[in-house]
Amino acid sequence: MALTITMRKRTLVLAVTGMSLATGLTMTAYAANEAAQGDEMPYQTLVELGYPAPQEGELVHVPPTMADLEDADIHPELKKVIRYGYELFTDTQQLRDEYVYNDMNCSSCHLGEGRQPFSAPVWAAAVTLPDFRGKNQHVNNLEERIAGCFAYSMNGTPPEYGSDEMLALSAYHQWLATGAPMYPSQPIYGRGFPAPDQPAEQPDYARGEAAYQENCAICHQEDGTGHYENGEYVFPAPWGDGSNNWGAGIVRVDTMAGFIYQNMPLGQPRSLSDQESWDIAYYISNQERPQDPRYTGDVAETLELFGPTFHDRSLYGQTREHDGHVLGDHDNFGDKGDIKPWNVGMPRFESLADEQ
Amino acid sequence: MKKTRLSRFGLLVGASLFAGGAIAQEGDVERGQAAAATCTACHQADGSGMNIPGGESWPRLAGLDAGYIVKQLHDFKEGRRQNASMMPFANMLNDQQIVDVAAYYSQLEVTPGQGGDDADEALLKRGEQLANRGDWDAYIVSCKSCHGPGGTGVGSDFPGIASQHAGYISAQLTAWQNDTRSNDPQNLMGAIAKRMSDNDIQAVSAWYAQQDIDQEGEE
Repeated sequence: MALTITMRKRTLVLAVTGMSLATGLTMTAYAANEAAQGDEMPYQTLVELGYPAPQEGELVHVPPTMADLEDADIHPELKKVIRYGYELFTDTQQLRDEYVYNDMNCSSCHLGEGRQPFSAPVWAAAVTLPDFRGKNQHVNNLEERIAGCFAYSMNGTPPEYGSDEMLALSAYHQWLATGAPMYPSQPIYGRGFPAPDQPAEQPDYARGEAAYQENCAICHQEDGTGHYENGEYVFPAPWGDGSNNWGAGIVRVDTMAGFIYQNMPLGQPRSLSDQESWDIAYYISNQERPQDPRYTGDVAETLELFGPTFHDRSLYGQTREHDGHVLGDHDNFGDKGDIKPWNVGMPRFESLADEQ
Repeated sequence: MKKTRLSRFGLLVGASLFAGGAIAQEGDVERGQAAAATCTACHQADGSGMNIPGGESWPRLAGLDAGYIVKQLHDFKEGRRQNASMMPFANMLNDQQIVDVAAYYSQLEVTPGQGGDDADEALLKRGEQLANRGDWDAYIVSCKSCHGPGGTGVGSDFPGIASQHAGYISAQLTAWQNDTRSNDPQNLMGAIAKRMSDNDIQAVSAWYAQQDIDQEGEE
């Protein structure tokens, strides 16, 4: 069976033996990446850990590593900027109180430095945008997509479009996409945080709490505040002021269930059952966190406005079963206080509004 | 040593005692020093332990988290952690002496890690990569994601590994690979250790042995 691998500088045809590799699988990788060389299929380690093998018709991309960057034949100034983007991605806390107002790094959720399949690998954004985005109902490019993470996941406000920070972050995303086709027609292997199968029983708060305490609390703490050591953050907070706000993608219960199932506990992916993953996600989703920056001052109104495009998959505005608390019914915006992220609700393409 | 510091350690040990019928006891550094007389043959009076090239490596205890030491001593006594040399000594300590000894060692100044001096540049580079970034293609998460920035330890569950002896670190990782050590919470270390190659183990052991702990930063 022959398989086409598109590489950065050349295209080669590789004979794959002893592997039931589907035809029509597109594999792309940075040319120097070892995983793409030899007979071994990329992500074989993941398959051995229980992740699904790449399926027929999927785009399978192996992004370059930081070691590859050092050896890459690109301008040294570009290398510097990509390296800075990597530093911002893995230590976003260096932007604390300027653009970031919680205790997260980009890599808190995008594990493996944003390269890891089933952990929302970020290179995918570099090859699928600009595109229409349901969340804000207009066409977004890569910078606007990253800006969204600052406003919601980092509970902050984004660096300006075209700023050093923004350019460095987008350069890092694009560098990771090296070798992958722009606007791929195939589905992407390991994109997003794929949710586990629907559980046998409805997700349950008490069961979720017990499973959280048993499997997660040793790092994330019983009260979900995460863990600091010598003033430095080590384990991220799954809820509370140190965590993402109510507008972040991971407040959707299925996204959180996917993150947990595919990635947690750290180092033991897919070790929790479908039921446990959903239960824990439901428990975490029932906790408070900073207000959604799209808040109008009224939780029911905010839910009505953003339910169809977003909150229909979260528990925002829902009444908590055990104590009657309405989730998101508060004015706590976390550490950022009155700062409003400038990108939220920014009108776009008004001149095209009347065109078909 | 300041008195406030002492009492803080006492609190730490008391609070970190886990369930299982143990009554929270406060560790006393002076009593701990007396009880630790039996430990010094291997772990030395300053708690520095010893790295014997090609032989057994006795860990540095100085500056380790008290709660971590308490748990390990109980695990030795109760068979959750196996070590022929350590078992009889752990058995000599009662519950009070365990918290005292832990309080004593935890407040000693961290001593330099030994071993790993013969590591070449490539090995140290690999060690640094695994320590700070991991190798996700092999699903090895970074050491620092649990052992903390600089590998100085996080709480009582994730011990400090920077400035620990190379021989001790590599022996423990190998023990996890072989299932001869499995007293980590939730198999968090075992799962990672089993994905590491011998070269990976040598690399992180050498790299962490050579990392000095900034004493100021510890406070």
